[in-house]
Amino acid sequence: MRYEAPESVGEVVSLLAGDGPRGRVLAGGTDLLVQLRAGMIAPDVIIDIKGIGETREIRENGDVLVVGAAVTGAELGEHATARAMWPGVVEALELIGSTQIQGRASLAGNLCNASPAADTVPALIAAAATCTVAGPSGTRNVPVEDVCTGPGQLSLGDGEFVVAFELPKPPPRSADAYLRFIPRTEMDIAVVGAGVSLSLDEDGWCTAARVTLGAVAPTAILVEEAGAALIGTGCGDAAIEATAAAARAACRPIDDKRGTAEYRTKVAGVLAARAARTAVERARNA
Amino acid sequence: MMAKAHVTTTINGDPVEFLCDVEQTLLDVLRDELHLTGSKEGCASGDCGACSVVVDGRLVCACLMLGVEAQGHSVETIEGMATGDRLHPLQTKFLEHAALQCGVCTPGFLVAAKSLLDRNPDPTETEVRYWLAGNLCRCTGYDKIVRAVLDAAAEMRGATA
Repeated sequence: MRYEAPESVGEVVSLLAGDGPRGRVLAGGTDLLVQLRAGMIAPDVIIDIKGIGETREIRENGDVLVVGAAVTGAELGEHATARAMWPGVVEALELIGSTQIQGRASLAGNLCNASPAADTVPALIAAAATCTVAGPSGTRNVPVEDVCTGPGQLSLGDGEFVVAFELPKPPPRSADAYLRFIPRTEMDIAVVGAGVSLSLDEDGWCTAARVTLGAVAPTAILVEEAGAALIGTGCGDAAIEATAAAARAACRPIDDKRGTAEYRTKVAGVLAARAARTAVERARNA
Repeated sequence: MMAKAHVTTTINGDPVEFLCDVEQTLLDVLRDELHLTGSKEGCASGDCGACSVVVDGRLVCACLMLGVEAQGHSVETIEGMATGDRLHPLQTKFLEHAALQCGVCTPGFLVAAKSLLDRNPDPTETEVRYWLAGNLCRCTGYDKIVRAVLDAAAEMRGATA
């Protein structure tokens, strides 16, 4: 196994593309090193992208906040602008692992590990975030919901990798929230996760809403009916319950040691409702 | 046989060069190549925190970082915590409070606790417990550890006031 630490996006693409050695991209390594140690993967070359400036920066660029692929949870959590704009995305990343994990773990790693239970993926989809994906034919912008196609499976093509995320700057009276259920308070994997992002008008009526769920299907899912149940309402109890019902209806979970399908479906409704209430509260104070 | 990688780094303030295989984690390098065996391997999967070190000011698990990634960076380990024979206040308080039994988790707890107090000299008990959630101890039940950290923080605040 070789280790490469290129300083440009083009070099990463060259290393990943074609019939050459099989490469794996390294950002924080909190999943990659565990998989290497367990023999789940055996790449020919490890490509460390942390030496590339674009993967390490958080910056405002016109209508978007750009967050580099390898920005860590600790760094995003300390970024006041990111917290103010997308508190749900930041809280989703901060929920992952311990202080030690936060020192290394990244948004792109969480996305490209492609676990159905990834915490940041529902939050990013609710935020309508896109990824800047670099590849042999240049860069393209991909909605986060189009990246994972199943457990451990990505839609990225040969030679492609995620360089950064773009989070749209939210309009006034907008906010997001992410909640997950685990049977303890720290250091666990989501039984269910729910993200909500919404906007209110000056009179408090909901003008836009995106509701997402994690760990209840092979990938994180955007539940359009659950968002639609909030739009045009004052986000009262009936609308919130309609959102929860739509969330439950969208669940296609499996039974496993973390919870049964029936349990996950029930919890998905509870979390979608609670995340919606938190997002409404934040939007009213935004 | 692949040639070994040559890595230049800083460990506990000293410039250090080492040779390692790409497969070796920073923990493997610290223990097996540099004979800095204070950092322990508990789980080798980032769950237990026994290998906690600070890299460029960030607390990380040395088992989840490749040795080659240390190139050009600064690593602080438990071996850099005492000043000569003078223990760090956290080390003294761990002894006073009997905050260890078998001792395998202790270096990781000390490195992690120092990283907390470097950022927040006056943490609440809740903040201590959350910060240390990634450090597992199977002996003490954590209470003595948390009390030792809070006591060390109080003493250090007094010393600098």
